[in-house]
This record gives sequence, C-alpha cells and structure tokens, in this order.
Amino acid sequence: MLLIRCPWCGERDEIEFTYGGQAHLAYPSDPETLSDAEWADFLFMRENPKGEWAERWMHAAGCRRWFNAIRDTATHRMIGAYRMGEEPPG
Amino acid sequence: MSGRRVDGAGSWLDRSRPVTLAFDGREIAGFAGDTVAAALLASGAVGGFVSPVAGRPRGVYAAGVEEPNAFVEISAPWFEPIRPATMVDLVDGLQTRSRAGVGVLPASSVGARPARHAHRHVETLVIGGGAAGRAAATIAEGRVLIVDEQPVVVDPPPNATTLTSTTATGIYDDGYVLCYQRDGATDVFHHVRAQHVVLATGAHERPLAFAGNDRPGVMLAAAARAYLERFGVLVGDRIVVFSTNHGGHDAAETLAGAGAQVVVVDPSPRPGAATERLRAAGIEVQLNARVVGTDGEPALTGVTVSAADGQRTTLHADVLAVSGGWNPAVQLARSLGIGLRYDEEKTCFVHDGSGPEWLTVVGRAAGDVPASFPLWVVDDGEDSEKYVELQRDQTVADVADAVAGGLTHAEHVKRATYIGTTIDQGRTSGVLTAEIVNRLLGWAPGAQGPTNARPPYTPVPFSALAGPDSGPILLDPIRVTPMQGWHDAHRAVYENVGQWKRPRYFPRGDEDMDAAVARETRALRTSVGVLDASTLGKIDVRGPDAGVFLDRMYTNRMSNLKVSSIRYGLMLGLDGMVFDDGVAMRIGEDHYVVTTTTGGAAAVMDRFEEWLQTEWTDLRVYCTSVTEEWSVVAVGGPRARDVVAGAGTDADLGHDSFPFMTFRDAMVAGVPTRICRISFTGELSYELHLSPWHAQHVWNAVMAAGEPFGITPYGTEAMHVLRAEKGFVIVGQETDGTQTPDDLGMAWIVNTGKGDFVGKRSLVRSDMLRDDRKQLVGVMTEDPGRVLIEGTQLLADGTIPEPPAHMLGWVTSSYRSDALGRSIALAVVAGGRRRIGGQVHAVVGDATIPCRVADPAFYDPEGTRRDG
Repeated sequence: MLLIRCPWCGERDEIEFTYGGQAHLAYPSDPETLSDAEWADFLFMRENPKGEWAERWMHAAGCRRWFNAIRDTATHRMIGAYRMGEEPPG
Repeated sequence: MSGRRVDGAGSWLDRSRPVTLAFDGREIAGFAGDTVAAALLASGAVGGFVSPVAGRPRGVYAAGVEEPNAFVEISAPWFEPIRPATMVDLVDGLQTRSRAGVGVLPASSVGARPARHAHRHVETLVIGGGAAGRAAATIAEGRVLIVDEQPVVVDPPPNATTLTSTTATGIYDDGYVLCYQRDGATDVFHHVRAQHVVLATGAHERPLAFAGNDRPGVMLAAAARAYLERFGVLVGDRIVVFSTNHGGHDAAETLAGAGAQVVVVDPSPRPGAATERLRAAGIEVQLNARVVGTDGEPALTGVTVSAADGQRTTLHADVLAVSGGWNPAVQLARSLGIGLRYDEEKTCFVHDGSGPEWLTVVGRAAGDVPASFPLWVVDDGEDSEKYVELQRDQTVADVADAVAGGLTHAEHVKRATYIGTTIDQGRTSGVLTAEIVNRLLGWAPGAQGPTNARPPYTPVPFSALAGPDSGPILLDPIRVTPMQGWHDAHRAVYENVGQWKRPRYFPRGDEDMDAAVARETRALRTSVGVLDASTLGKIDVRGPDAGVFLDRMYTNRMSNLKVSSIRYGLMLGLDGMVFDDGVAMRIGEDHYVVTTTTGGAAAVMDRFEEWLQTEWTDLRVYCTSVTEEWSVVAVGGPRARDVVAGAGTDADLGHDSFPFMTFRDAMVAGVPTRICRISFTGELSYELHLSPWHAQHVWNAVMAAGEPFGITPYGTEAMHVLRAEKGFVIVGQETDGTQTPDDLGMAWIVNTGKGDFVGKRSLVRSDMLRDDRKQLVGVMTEDPGRVLIEGTQLLADGTIPEPPAHMLGWVTSSYRSDALGRSIALAVVAGGRRRIGGQVHAVVGDATIPCRVADPAFYDPEGTRRDG
C-alpha cells in the first residue's frame, strides 16, 4: 500500500485516496473545433510510461481535495505531490 | 527413528510444565515449549503421516514453515483445518489429527480462532529475530519492532519491541508490512508501516535428490539439530548425515555430541576445515561419497553409500539427515521486484542488491550462507525414486517428463508438475527443481532460478484477515429515513438502493407484491398516494458562478432559471452517455439545490468537485451534500392538493399562483417546508422538502389529512410502474452507460446553443449519429396478460436463428399496469423509433412471443393530469 503525501493533510495510506489517472490533461478550450480523431485522442488515449509520470489523486477519506503527484510506475516510488495549479517538484 | 529426550538441551522447553497432546487418538506426553512435531519425535514416533497424492508413508522432515510432510488438523481448543506440525505449539487440551496435505472443513460451524487487527508505525521493522536481525535492531534508532515466526527470540534487544509467533506475510509499497501473530488462542493481524524494513529471514536448507529420499527417517540436517537444541530431542541413535556444506557438518558434530553415532557422507573430493574438525572429534567422514539408496519398511533402517571407488556399503541408521546447501529466504522481497543472482560457490540464488531504498537484507538472507559442493541430484538409482517435491509426490522423473514435453521455464514446469503449489510453497523443492531443469537442458547451474514468490509468505486463516465480527454497521452502513419506524409499523417490504433501505411496497392482509402494487398505483391514479422520497440525493450549490457551473454540468440551461423555479436536467459523461438525472431548484441568484438519483448522489458530488477543483478553478462555486439535511414527503394524485391543504399550509396552492415546476417556501403542518411541484408519476404532485427532525410529524399530518381520500403509502415498485406508464426513464435501469440523450428520446433536453457542456462534443461523434443505435421504445406483448422478464432479448422475426443471433435489443423495464389494464415494457431497440407501430419478437425460453413497438409514453401522453 502506497504512502501518499497529501499536500494538505500529510502522509496517509493509499486506501484514503481515489485515483484520477493521468495529470495535466487539460480539457480543450474549444472542443467544437476538434476533429473526431482529436477529440477521441483527448477522451480515450492516455500515456503509459515506464518510469516517472504525473497522475491525479483525491484524498477521498480526508480533505476531499484533488492534487497531482509524481510516481515511478516501475518501482511504485512516490516522488512528490503538489497542489492543483502548482508546478511539479524538481 | 528412535527419537528420545536427552538431558542438558532444549532451550525452548519448560520441563517443569508437562503438557499432553492428543494426536490421531493417542495421548503423547510433551512439555510447554514443544511443537507437535517435537513431541511426536520425542515420543519415538516414526512417520505418522502420509503423502496426499501417492499415499506414501512420511515422517517429520523439517522444523519450521518449510515442512512438507507433517500436517495436522486442530480440533481443540480451537479449530484449524490444517497447519504444519512444526508450527503448532503445545497448549493444554490440544487435540490434533494427521492430515495428508489437504485440510477438510467440517459440515457444521466450528470455532475459529478469534482475531483482531492492529496498526503499528515504526522507524525500523526487523523481520527475523536471529543473530543478524538482533544486531540490526540494536543499532536502529527510533521505534524498532522485531517480528519472528518462531515462538522464541533469544536475548531480544532492549530498544526493540519483539513479537514472537509473528510471521511477516507480505511486504508492500513504502514499508507497509502485514504480520500475522498467533498470540495464544487469539490471532492478531498487524498492519505495520515502517520507514525502514530489515529482512533478516535467514535461509532454508535444501535437500538432495537421491533414490529413497522420502522414507520416514530422512530429514533436513538443520531440523535434526534444531530438535536437539530447542526441544532436547535427539531424533535418532544412528544418524547418517549426507552433507555438501559445513552447515550440515556442524549439525553432525552437534548430534554426535549429544550421544548419537554419526557418519558423515560428503560428496566433496577433498577434505575441508569442517572435515578435519569432525575427524578430530572421532566422527567418521566419507569423502567423495554419495547416498544412493535407503532401506526400511517403511521407516529408515539402512542407508546405502557409494564411496569414491564405487564400492557400495549399507550403513545401519535410523535417521538420514540431509543438507544440500542453503537458499536465502528472500521470498518476502521478491514481490517488490528485487533481483536474484546465482552464487556459484554457495550454489544458491542471492539478492542482487536491487529494490527500494527502504529495504535492507542482512545475514543469511543476504547470502551469508556456507559454501556448498555443487550437488543436486545423485546420478545412481531410479529417477522415479528421487523425490523433488514431497507434498506433490513429484520426482526427478516427473520433472524430466515435463522437460521432455517441451517445457523449459521453471514457471511452466511448476504448472505442469504442481511442484511448489503446496502449503510450504516449494521451500524445499523450488530451487532444486529449477536446477534439475537447467541440468536436463544442458544449461549451466543458475541459468534460471526458482519460480517467483508472492504473499502471503505462509498461509493465513481467512478469520485472521476478516478480524473481529463487529456487526453489520462496520461492514456497510445502512441508511434509513426518519420515517423508518412508521414504515416498519406498516409492514413495509424493503429493497436496498445503494446503502439505503427503501420501502418497496406496503402489503395489506395477505397481498403479494403484484396485488399491493396494483392497489398502490390505483390509489395514486384515482385519489392520492404518498411516497417517502427522502433518499433522493441533494446537493446545495452556491456562489456567483453557480449558474454558469450548472450550465456546464447539465445538457440544458440552468443559469436562466427563475428564482423559485425548478428544471429537470440530464448530466452526461465526457463520452456523451447519460450519467445521472435530477432537478435543479433555484433558491436565490447565487443559490441552487440540485437533486440526484438515490444511488448516484455521491458520484455526482464527486464529479462536481472534480471539475471545480481540477478544471474550472476560476469558478466561484461551493457544493455541499445535503441529502440527509432534507427529508422528502411526496404527495401525488388527483386529491394531492386537498391533502396538502388539509395538512395545514399558508401556501396558495392554486394552479395559477403555484404552477408546475415551481416551489414555495411555506409552512406545512406548522413546519417550514419547501413545497415543490414536481411529478414523477404524471399526476398532480407536491414534494414536501423539510427538516428530517420534523419529517415524521408532517408525514403523520399528511396521512391524517388524506384519510378521507383513502391516502395510500406506496413504495418504489409502484413508483417504477407509475413512471414507466409515463415513459420516464430511470438512470441505471433504462441506461447502462451506453445511452445518449437522443437514444432515450430526450434530445429535447440538449441545448446545443448555450455553449459547451460536459459530453457535448461526444454527441456529434460519428458513432453517435448512426441511425441503428439502440433507442428507447415501449413494447407491448400481443397477449396483454403476459409480463416479460426484464432483460428479455428482442428479435426482428419470430424464428430463433442458429447462434449467433442478431438481437435488436432488450427489455429494460416490465410491469403489469393497473391503469392500462395490461402489461407494459420499456426496451432499447436498434433503430427503435422507426419501428414504432411494427412488431418485434421476445425470446422466452425456446419460443418467441410477438410484441408491438409503441411510444414509451403509454399513459396520458398529453400530460393532462399533472395539474390535477
């Protein structure tokens, strides 16, 4: 079970959180102008890297806030967590 | 074997406390501190167990969790179906019987060991209380916890908390370790979070594959030594030690020192330091020699040794102690993805140093094990008599069969032979099997290692995982409304909707559900009914941008809703599929309350928060779940206005002053109430939203005011029928996450001119514009008395073709309608709206029944009844 550092509450067990998938995937400013392929790419396609990547978490059994975190998908190491709107650490 | 207790040994034993063990109907004397296996060996028992597959006689083989032969069922003082005899401590009243590798659950319930869970946070967790573990604990700072699976840790460091009889069953991310403790008659399951985990789990001795190596009396050398040192049990008087390494040689020396006559058979061609020491102590050591067979009927009486010159001699022996090398016990870390490398000198796989930085492996687990002569299989003798996996009765010949069949990977051989799929998880067989495969393929030793290891490290009872029985409240909350007591008193039959208990119907006399629902729906259509709708999800949405926000969440416009007005809304996923529905009530310029489905409340709240926190962070909107702050009494039917008026209200209920889809904050029965003109049944209806503290009072007032009209409480089943008569969908019943608003015939609620909203772009994806999408329609059986089963598949014509049949769709809702005097159904049908007026055929068993496709609004399609 991961130990996740909520930027608001501190370190908590993974079971207190829900997972939100890839981070920094901004909703298109004008979806109407996207082709079907571009919209499908936004809707369905996600990165799946081996190594560090940014993902979203929500502290469901705590402050109920969304935040972003960097995790190494190969080792499960949590590298850092940061609030919405903040830059990734390092 | 002629085991006996000797004086001056037995560090775990309390000889002042005799304990009697019942085993297979016999009474066996032992002492506090004994294990079942130790007491059996001390009694002189030989064998006593059989193998589960071939039924071969077997004896105690090991002294710990790696035991492959000796398993017992415990029937008192608690019940456990199966456990290694080496891991059961003697307690008063202990009753056991031998089990051949497979436990049996009794038909009736039995008393499992009570269990509880504990949480521990430490700086350092040391797994294993041996010398290396204790040394690591001594220099650790902060809170230090040592766990050890054995009942005794010698000289525990004073700076550490030490838990004995406690097995670390799995190591997970970030130093999260689960530990299973047998604390007397109670199980404790510890959830440990440690900043630093030290793996000091030692090593397991490995057997050798030679003919006759499964005979009772053959055991691991370290086990023979452990029985002497821990329990004062000398397992035999004439012991042959077949050893490739000084660990086995040391055991021989210890056994000889306790009075056994010992001969060491060593495959090494040259003497080592241990050889010289043993010879100096007067112990015979045969170099360049191998054990090639055993005798006994069945228990061991003789060991045949092939000497360097090929000469064979048979030694009289009652125990053959085997040591074929040592496997570091790093199973716990392997699930973390650590790597192994082969050490040629030690003939074993050792941790390659990889893994998370918070994990340290020390001592024998880290590879600090004796160098070993590289011997795995003795060539002489029949391969079918050389056992590799005792618990599955698998031999070198069985492994050879698997390899001859084309398998080359140890993982595949495991699955072909079941080697390692045992209670001991292949502790004695895993590395040996991999090496036999390597040999058979002509590969170098260590070319491939043992199969992977996963938690739990040793079996854990389900009762320990489950923990204490704390009753239903901690299992899953049960949510009830303030009127629950009234419903109970009026014989409500409940259904679960999420966590909520909702009355499904209120039977009178000996009514069944159909009769009760017919009566309840008739009352509402002809006079008045009342529904407890308190479970509706409710979210309070406030802020200057609340209207803008709701415009983006719903398919229609909410920002232009007038204060005191109500609007129905659909919410979509980004994929354009219907996600939830409900109404929005505008309380003030910056204030709305929206309702959700009973089951969807939490998901809608989560979705609101997700968009506000992650995407539209500039919107000034605050959402609060108020589901349980508002109870709802829904009064519906032609006499609903009379009933609300009769309950006592200062609101003007006249249609012109209080029209449909508006609300008034007023007093009802002396209670501040939000009266909402919403209808889910098509009848004139008033939903009374009010504080749950007063809900029962208002419910009572409504019942009293309705008495002259025969007011009838109705449940969710009648509600479902009433709304289906109107063709109103229930999200989750007519929808399964693949329906767009247009599929449901609700394109009218999609406002494409108001700007973007969630799911809008998806509605014009090419797949959404296909004209053969499944669309909501009504379905009426030609036989009006026939009620289809929900989920019934629909065909275009009346003959069932050979599979795969092309199904047009399926029935989503189906009821007997009292108002229409016939059955009705809703269905999703490919291109369904074009088929209205046509025929489809419902598949019922092997037959089909003809049905007419209809508009889903069966009852009062003009909506003439909603204003009373």
